[in-house]
Amino acid sequence: MRTLDSVFGIAGTALNAQMVRMNTTASNLANATTVASNEKEAFRAKRPVFKALVLEEMTNAGAPHLGGVKVDQVVDDPTPIRSLYEPGNPMADKDGFVYLSNVNEMQEMVEMMAASRSYQNNVEVVNTARQLMMRTLDITKS
Amino acid sequence: MNLLSNAFGIHEQALQVRSQRLEVLARNIANADTPNYKAQDLDFKAMLKEVKKDVLTATHAKHYAAVAEAPDNGMRYRTPFNSSFDGNTVEISVEQAQFGKAAGDYQATLQFLENRIGGIRKALKGE
Repeated sequence: MRTLDSVFGIAGTALNAQMVRMNTTASNLANATTVASNEKEAFRAKRPVFKALVLEEMTNAGAPHLGGVKVDQVVDDPTPIRSLYEPGNPMADKDGFVYLSNVNEMQEMVEMMAASRSYQNNVEVVNTARQLMMRTLDITKS
Repeated sequence: MNLLSNAFGIHEQALQVRSQRLEVLARNIANADTPNYKAQDLDFKAMLKEVKKDVLTATHAKHYAAVAEAPDNGMRYRTPFNSSFDGNTVEISVEQAQFGKAAGDYQATLQFLENRIGGIRKALKGE
C-alpha cells in the first residue's frame, strides 16, 4: 500500500517544518530584548517561508514525502528597528543610543500557538493513518 | 475458480481510491501554511467514470484511429469559502472534516472487505 505510506511521509515533512517555525519563534522571543550598538547589528525577527514539495525532481524519485512541505528560506522581518536613548548602557553608541530588536512579543506568541496547532493537526493525521494501517493488517483475522 | 478470481469485487479498487484520497488530504493539511498552495481533492465520480469509460476500437481498416485522451486522474482544485492574504486556499477546518470522513469511508470499505473474506472463509469451511 504505497499511498498510506506517503501519508506518513507527508505529515512528517509538515511536522518538521512546523518544528522549524516553533524554533524560530523561540529564538525571536529569546532575543526580544537584545540590544545592539548600531542599527545594522540589531536583532531582526526571523520568519520561515514554506514551500510545497510538488515537483518530482525536488525530492528523490518515488520518495514517500512528495507533496509535503519544506522550509524554503528564513527571512528577516522588515519592521524598522527602534532606537532608545540610554547613555548608561555599555552597548550605547557615541550619541548614547542603543538599538532594540524589532521582535513583537504578542505576534510571536500568536505565531507559536498557530505553529503548535498545525503540528497537532499533523500528529492527528499520523495517528489516523496508523490506525487505518493496523486495521488493514487485521483484515486477515476476520 | 470463479469464486476467488473476483472475490473482493469493487472494494479492492475502492480501497485504493480511499487511501489515495487520504494522501491528497494529508498533503493539504501539511501545506496549510504554504504561501500560494492550492488545496486539491479527488472527484470520486470522475474516477468512477474513467473506469467505466467506453473505448472506441478500430474494427475496420478504413476506421480512423481514436484520439487518445489523457486519462482523468480525478484531481480537482478546491474552491475556498474565503480567500486568504498569501494565496493559500487550504481551509483547515474543511480539511479536518474531510479527513475524518475519508478515514470513515476507508474503514467502511475495509468492513465490506472483511465481510467478503468472512463469507468466503465460511463457504470454504463448509460449517
